[in-house]
Amino acid sequence: MRRVTFDGMLLPYLLLAPQLLVLLWFFFWPAAQAVYQAFTITDAFGGNAQFVWFENFTRLFTSPEYHKAIYVTAVFSVATTALALAVGLLLALFVDRLIRGVQIYRVLVIWPYAVAPAVAGVMWVFTLDPQAGVLAYALEGLGIDFNPYLDPVAAMVLVVLASAWKQISYNFIFFLAGLQAIPNTVVEAAAMDGAGPLRRIWDILLPLLSPTLFFLVVMNIVYAFFETFGVVAVTTSGRPGDWTAIMVYKVFTDGFVGLDYGSSAAQSMVLMVIVIALTVVQFRYIERRVHYAG
Amino acid sequence: MVERTPLLDVATQLLLILGIVLLAFPIYVALMAATHDVETVNRLPMPLLPGGEMIANLQAAWAAGDLGLQLFNTFVQAAGIAFGKVAISILSAFAIVYFRFPFRMAAFWLIFCSLMLPVEVRIVATYEVAANALTPVVWFGRAIGLDALLSWLWGEPVRFQLKVSLLNSYAGLILPVIASATATFLFRQFFLTVPNELVEAAKMDGAGPMRFFWDVLLPLSKTNIAALGVIMFLVGWNQFLWPLLITTEPEYRTIIIGLAELMPGPDTLPEWNVAMAAALIAMAPPIIVIVLLQRLFVKGLINPEK
Repeated sequence: MRRVTFDGMLLPYLLLAPQLLVLLWFFFWPAAQAVYQAFTITDAFGGNAQFVWFENFTRLFTSPEYHKAIYVTAVFSVATTALALAVGLLLALFVDRLIRGVQIYRVLVIWPYAVAPAVAGVMWVFTLDPQAGVLAYALEGLGIDFNPYLDPVAAMVLVVLASAWKQISYNFIFFLAGLQAIPNTVVEAAAMDGAGPLRRIWDILLPLLSPTLFFLVVMNIVYAFFETFGVVAVTTSGRPGDWTAIMVYKVFTDGFVGLDYGSSAAQSMVLMVIVIALTVVQFRYIERRVHYAG
Repeated sequence: MVERTPLLDVATQLLLILGIVLLAFPIYVALMAATHDVETVNRLPMPLLPGGEMIANLQAAWAAGDLGLQLFNTFVQAAGIAFGKVAISILSAFAIVYFRFPFRMAAFWLIFCSLMLPVEVRIVATYEVAANALTPVVWFGRAIGLDALLSWLWGEPVRFQLKVSLLNSYAGLILPVIASATATFLFRQFFLTVPNELVEAAKMDGAGPMRFFWDVLLPLSKTNIAALGVIMFLVGWNQFLWPLLITTEPEYRTIIIGLAELMPGPDTLPEWNVAMAAALIAMAPPIIVIVLLQRLFVKGLINPEK
């Protein structure tokens, strides 16, 4: 359909100006600066930038600390995504079976979404604190000595739980909407053919949910990579021994604590490549969905 | 329901309730911790029934963190971000959908590309621009040789320098984060569903583009604006990394950062009761928003183009 439009030479530029100015000033300029910094080394006093080609990158990719950060990020984001998706899907399947009370159950599941990742971190670090935490005490009763301050595995469990917790609500909202969009006739037909509830979930509901699932996998990875800085900052600060220092946290500490701008900028480039890849994947999915919709 | 499976139904209900209880557990523990004194909260196991120190803990947290000011700051930040994002995005979308002009698609792609540049991937450089918002002007001035020109005018070596700092200001908390590709897309999608007849009718009645925007498009977009506003308010309230960088003075600290600073250190008897009371204060406003505006929120998240 051809849109009917207004005439105006200056007006559209004026309308776009606020957004474009903010973008140029606070997005593209800093991004360009980050690219520039990634290829230079400045001395400790911030002067005399020296162009060094890929030295920052070779230094980065040969450093065992960065290998560790990549490994930690991979474990963290896979665990967070898997946990948040699995629990979110399970709760959505339960609520979808209900006839009454969907509204109430929905609000009971979605409200953790309003809690900031940093606040979630504060609560989880308390419940799992070895000296005062209720859950750590319960684990001790089961014979598990849970100490996130000393044990890397326990620390990882802590940041994964705190990060996945509020994301469960997000996934639940999308899964439930996806389930409720599936026509009842399809489910009824399967039931008439003798498929039980579990069989229907596996053979009918899950395949029909796969676009939602795919979309959520991308969104959860983006969340785990970029929005969980607050969780790590308030719970473990990367400890013990950098075993919870995810890549975004390392960019921050190397840049502002270590003052190694070259390395921090090179790490920013790596993250930028990751976001670009994720955005392209997600955009292709959205394209497809629009196509299906007609 | 397709078939009658009473046993399975009961099991589903029970599992669902169990799930909801587990989901609420950390908040319940925080709530209980906020009702005990510091000795009780450090006892193992801490009693999971309420004590009588709630008011005292809330007061202690309020005083220790100056939470009144921090709540106000966070509200200004969240409301500013929500309003800013919605306002600049709806204007951009209006320009892109209702006008044909050179570089229209370039502007669209520029906005799209900002999706790929979250603040987390350009932390240091964005901080530098915020510390001196005129950095690009200085850079440009030097690039065209202003240093040499000024030195020649003064007769002695001069370096061109201008400085406007956004650190420790509401503008600094809000401005750098209000661009929104997502909101622009959603408004664009919505505008594309507005029938052409409305535009033609408005034009025939002699309405100019801004008149059409105010009197037709804005009223039609009310629900979308509200839904996006709710989500952006939550996003704004829960900011962590950016306020952490940009506020060093307590006058502009937001409550999420203030809460992180109330976390007990390792040396003393940890005041978890006060920290949890502060956590409750920090999360209460967004939780109230999401519970009261549940429908708008879900709609804004899932089905924004309708």
